[in-house]
Amino acid sequence: MIVESWILLSFCALIFCVGLLGVLLRRNLLVILMSIELMLNAINLTFVSFSYQLQDIHGQVCVFFVIALAASESAVGLALVIAWFRTMKTTDTYAMQYLRESP
Amino acid sequence: MMGSSAMVGMVLFPWMGFLINGLGYWFFQSSSHQKKWSSAVAGSIGTLCMLFSCVLAWNFFFQFLGLPAEARVLEYAGFSWISLGKLQVDLGLRLDSLSSLFVCVITLVGSLIHLYSIGYMKEDPTPGKFFAYLNLFCFFMLILVLGDSFPVVFLGWEGVGLCSYLLIGYWYQDQAKAQAGKKAFLVNRIGDFGFLLGVFLVFTTFGSLAFEPLKHAVLNAVGVERSIQWICGLLFVGCMGKSAQIPLYIWLPDAMAGPTPVSALIHAATMVTSGIYLVTRLNFLFTLAPWVLHTMAWVGAFTAFFAASIALCQRDIKKVLAYSTVSQLGYMFLGCGVGAFGAGVFHVITHAFFKALLFLGAGSVIHGMHEEQDLFKMGGLRKEMPHTFLMVALGWLAICGIPPFSGFFSKDEILGHAFHGSWGLWALGVITAAMTAFYMTRFFYLAFLGRSRHASVHVHESGWNMLMPLQVLGFFSVFAGFLGIPHASWLEHWLEPILGLSIHEPNGMEWPLMFISVLAAVLGMTWSFSKYRRFDPCEAQAFPRLAHFLEHQGYVNEGLHTLFVVALQRVSFFAWSVLDIKWIDGFVLGVSSLATQLGGLFRLLQTGVVQHYLLMVLMGLLMSTGYWMYVQG
Repeated sequence: MIVESWILLSFCALIFCVGLLGVLLRRNLLVILMSIELMLNAINLTFVSFSYQLQDIHGQVCVFFVIALAASESAVGLALVIAWFRTMKTTDTYAMQYLRESP
Repeated sequence: MMGSSAMVGMVLFPWMGFLINGLGYWFFQSSSHQKKWSSAVAGSIGTLCMLFSCVLAWNFFFQFLGLPAEARVLEYAGFSWISLGKLQVDLGLRLDSLSSLFVCVITLVGSLIHLYSIGYMKEDPTPGKFFAYLNLFCFFMLILVLGDSFPVVFLGWEGVGLCSYLLIGYWYQDQAKAQAGKKAFLVNRIGDFGFLLGVFLVFTTFGSLAFEPLKHAVLNAVGVERSIQWICGLLFVGCMGKSAQIPLYIWLPDAMAGPTPVSALIHAATMVTSGIYLVTRLNFLFTLAPWVLHTMAWVGAFTAFFAASIALCQRDIKKVLAYSTVSQLGYMFLGCGVGAFGAGVFHVITHAFFKALLFLGAGSVIHGMHEEQDLFKMGGLRKEMPHTFLMVALGWLAICGIPPFSGFFSKDEILGHAFHGSWGLWALGVITAAMTAFYMTRFFYLAFLGRSRHASVHVHESGWNMLMPLQVLGFFSVFAGFLGIPHASWLEHWLEPILGLSIHEPNGMEWPLMFISVLAAVLGMTWSFSKYRRFDPCEAQAFPRLAHFLEHQGYVNEGLHTLFVVALQRVSFFAWSVLDIKWIDGFVLGVSSLATQLGGLFRLLQTGVVQHYLLMVLMGLLMSTGYWMYVQG
């Protein structure tokens, strides 16, 4: 079965936008981290589909790098979230406005 | 035969006194040790130093007497002081017939006044400081008259100005006295500015600042008439400041805030005559500038007249003498202005003696009456202070110009020369002589004669160390006039190496002129006697308006205050309130407040919410991508 590439790419863009909106709009740190994963995976899918379409192996090589990066990023990110939660008892981003200019 | 090293010693003795007294005062200034450097100790050191100097000075004088005229010069080459390319200045001293006269007067009057001050400053808490200043003054005064070039004279010129300032404001805790010192210093600054400009012009015109080379340069120079006029004019401005001529005389009456011996030494006998010294020293220059000499004569005559008129109505015993000094200095400039430099110097000498005598007499009165200076509260002191009375009487007769007292000869010589210069100058001089006789008689009568107006004060005669100087000065006030008897003037002969041969043609006018000036003096005295014989301080004045005007010193101080001080204050206020606050501060503060407001605007972006920052990153990314894709690509 041959999937039309525009369908594939549109799906990738859709997932990326869902991830982006999640990062921008959600207030829970864990959800934000998950949204970031979503975006990264949308990019991965885009790489793979272009690699297939253009018959070029370089795109798939890139995906491996992104996966490794995503793994390490989420490891660090989760550690930070846990540390934050331990001290502040919350994961709400609106509660972490300590760099804000006092009104 | 004493050499130049003795001359240096003569100058350095007062300097030594200054060092000893200054260091002594410095060591013992703490209140627990103050008594150790008492008036007797400090005064003895100061007086001894001056006395050594005086002995040396008179020794030189007598030594010069035995020499032929052209050999009466003693030079001390000194050392190279300033060496800048073309400008070579040696710190050299030169004693000749003119400066030896001045040195004799300065050291003699100086020693007497130091001696007098021991008694006068007995109750002063810091006599060490006083005598240190007084010694320093004498040192600078000697430098002034002995300097052989402009810079050395200027050194002395500024030094005496400094000491004058320090001594006028000696009782500086009194605000008015400190102000008087400042005023003297500032007014003198104006004159010194003219002096300095004159010196600069001398250097650019003749290339030499020493007097002897300058003399030859002037004789050989061609096409420098205009420069000479300017030089003399500017130097005369300097003399106006130092010697208290209109319009720069205003500091001298205020200078009476200092202790009375200071007034006698600095503001009557020595420092204020340095202007006449300078003019006489540079007579070879001034005779080439007739316009300046004319101005000088008229300024002098007018100063003499104006100051004498103010002295008519002063109540303060020292103010009378101060205005009298201004008036007598006017006479001296009148003499120099009509070309009779010798007569000017003659009057300097006689005036130094009789005015110092009068001031010291007044000081004795003030001391005896416990700091009372108001003439209206004195009277009848003849009985309480017989010695002072007698000596002041001699000074009074001398300044009034009664023959054969010294003032008569010198004043008459000036008036005689003035008559040949201009008829108007002579008339002004004679009127001033009558006025002088009037106000000095008023002074004398109100202080010593009549009935006593000081019921409550216990008056005492001064001690021997205050009376002895009075007696010596009294002697000289009587006999100094014989130095310059008309037609057989020893003084004129003595000054020939400086002033050149004087040509005197007897024209039969001497005796009538002499008669008129004596008549004027006698008239002034008689009128004054008749007016003050039945004196009542509450009585109305004959010319109330005029008397009021004169009593307030012609409102000159008030006028100058409005003209300069108030105007300056207005300008400063404008500069402060409009230029500075409104314009400059407005601009600077405007820039800063603009930055603050912009910052406040941008501050709204800093919400602290992570997502907002992310949104901005995203927007930036989109915009730059769009730019690259659509605009560039």
